[in-house]
Amino acid sequence: MEKFEKFTGIVAAIDRPNIDTDAIIPKQYLKSIKRSGFGVNLFDDWRYLDPGEPGQSNTERRLNPEFVLNKEPYKHAQILLARENFACGSSREHAVWALMDFGIKVVIAPSFADIFYNNSFKNGLLPIALGDDLVDQLFAEMESAQDYLLSIDLEQQVVTTAEGVEMTFEVDDFRRSCLLQGLDDIGLTMQYAAEIKAFEQRYYEAMPWLK
Amino acid sequence: MAGKTLYDKIWESHQVRRNDDGTALLYIDRHLVHEVTSPQAFEGLEIAQRPLWRKRSILAVPDHNVPTTALEQGITDPVARLQVDTLDQNCDKYGLTEFKRGDKRQGIVHVIGPEQGATLPGMTVVCGDSHTSTHGAFAALAFGIGTSEVEHVMATQCLIQKKSKNMRVTVDGAVGEGITAKDIVLHIIGVIGTAGGTGCTIEFAGEAITNLSMEGRMTVCNMTIEAGARAGLIACDQTTLDYVKGRPFAPAGETWDQAVACWNELHSDADAVFDKEVSIDAGEIRPQVTWGTSPEMVCSVTDTIPDPANEPDSIKAGGMQTALDYMGLRANTPFNQVLLDKIFIGSCTNSRIEDLRAAAEVIKGRKVATSVKQALVVPGSGLIKQQAEDEGLDRIFVEAGFEWREPGCSMCLAMNADRLEPGERCASTSNRNFEGRQGQGGRTHLVSPAMAAAAAIKGHFVDVREL
Repeated sequence: MEKFEKFTGIVAAIDRPNIDTDAIIPKQYLKSIKRSGFGVNLFDDWRYLDPGEPGQSNTERRLNPEFVLNKEPYKHAQILLARENFACGSSREHAVWALMDFGIKVVIAPSFADIFYNNSFKNGLLPIALGDDLVDQLFAEMESAQDYLLSIDLEQQVVTTAEGVEMTFEVDDFRRSCLLQGLDDIGLTMQYAAEIKAFEQRYYEAMPWLK
Repeated sequence: MAGKTLYDKIWESHQVRRNDDGTALLYIDRHLVHEVTSPQAFEGLEIAQRPLWRKRSILAVPDHNVPTTALEQGITDPVARLQVDTLDQNCDKYGLTEFKRGDKRQGIVHVIGPEQGATLPGMTVVCGDSHTSTHGAFAALAFGIGTSEVEHVMATQCLIQKKSKNMRVTVDGAVGEGITAKDIVLHIIGVIGTAGGTGCTIEFAGEAITNLSMEGRMTVCNMTIEAGARAGLIACDQTTLDYVKGRPFAPAGETWDQAVACWNELHSDADAVFDKEVSIDAGEIRPQVTWGTSPEMVCSVTDTIPDPANEPDSIKAGGMQTALDYMGLRANTPFNQVLLDKIFIGSCTNSRIEDLRAAAEVIKGRKVATSVKQALVVPGSGLIKQQAEDEGLDRIFVEAGFEWREPGCSMCLAMNADRLEPGERCASTSNRNFEGRQGQGGRTHLVSPAMAAAAAIKGHFVDVREL
């Protein structure tokens, strides 16, 4: 996993609550056995006017000119702003892969679905939960701005607007340090292999029917 | 000191170590695997040259992508076939237990786990699928994980987790005649919202819950994720034990007695304190129908389609209007004027024998309305299909005009050929009414199997109690 560095990026906003993982990456693309290549089908039903199937060339499909990610400068967005309960629904990690493959590194919303939130950190995507009032403020500011930029500093846990307004956010220490250092979870857990083995011995002695 | 909740008990018994940052290493007993969320995990193990920690914890089955048409036709979609073949190859390579296509035991992963006794009380159960919450019906801590965590469990048998909050939803009293588990859970989601359980593990309690069969309890826990909680739980009782006893993976003989002694502790202590409590009066629950594009957009079939003009919160009202526009519905319309194109009885929510019996009872001696283009019944597993056929249920469905299919996830998420066409409206016993969930442009209304059956006969929604 790449280290999460401080950056300033273009923000794209989708003003909807409960954006579900079926919307983020529709099911037909889950047939892939790879982790990459999902970006062109991010928000597929909203992004294209005609239906899509895996393996199809997306350059021949009609883009929905109204959809934010089809417009300049949002085609280059690195930050996505949305409403509450972002990425509810299925456990598909493909939702995270699709966002990242498109170029999104941060999602800001008042709240996230638990599984998506968890999946994000495993891949280097940072979900930032800000209060409703702050999210309202960002949506309002975006409406009147042409190229809306935000700076993200995970180390300091701060989102900074172009005017220099700072908004702090919460994130677990463990997840923060994994993202900052680009650490692999499995490698970390393997350090405790002896403890896991010792646990198993006690555990299966007490509960032999599980052995 | 306050007593422990059921969640506290299972959590503590599986905690391998606690880290200073508040996370814990949690031991996983059962890992269910299917074709969609596992290939990248197997590939990750291979690249890192990591072995599987405990092969016997894994039970694998293809379900999301499998066609529900006759077996001998094979999988014609080459992309889907590659994914199913990849699961077969991975399971063969590592020597894992898999119920391949054609095996009687094959079916939807959340149906076959309990059916085989592979889901046992007190276990931690994970699967790369959000509806893993289903297994909580057995007082097992069960939750969906992403592909990175699938790989993590395969390599270490553990997950790094932070404990959720304890939430309890108590459904007091008994439900009325004709009210099913599906109506209970849809009503709960309507009350607490799709983010009502976010960050929590929900324990379901109360008379209306304990009165449910295991099939009904699985329906309730299945949709916990639709209330935002990764895991739902129901205490272990005699109903649980009666269901588990004698199943292929369940303990037997002396170890059965030993297990039962342990499982009898799987309930929240009387003085346990929950972070969040919700109480619901079972007597108020009527047959439920969703009208929008989120499971919380639900009401009683006796109500009319809600009017955004009556919603004081402007953001919510806007969301309601967007949903009504997508659904092609007008506010204040009675449900018996909502005409249906397709009927789907199936999914990990409602494809068990009790669900099929409930639907068949409504359908018996009647015909699917001529205006309905397609009515599907997709049993949850090969064994359920066989049992239903032994009971003659298949004939009731077929004579009424339903198609009787092979097991799989089917039109719940439309990864295979079973789907809605743009604009088509479906009464579905599945769990999600998201935009495009059952096919791009498709319109889903979530209902119980009995309500879906009644809708099939009338061609529109109807209160099944008045049929």
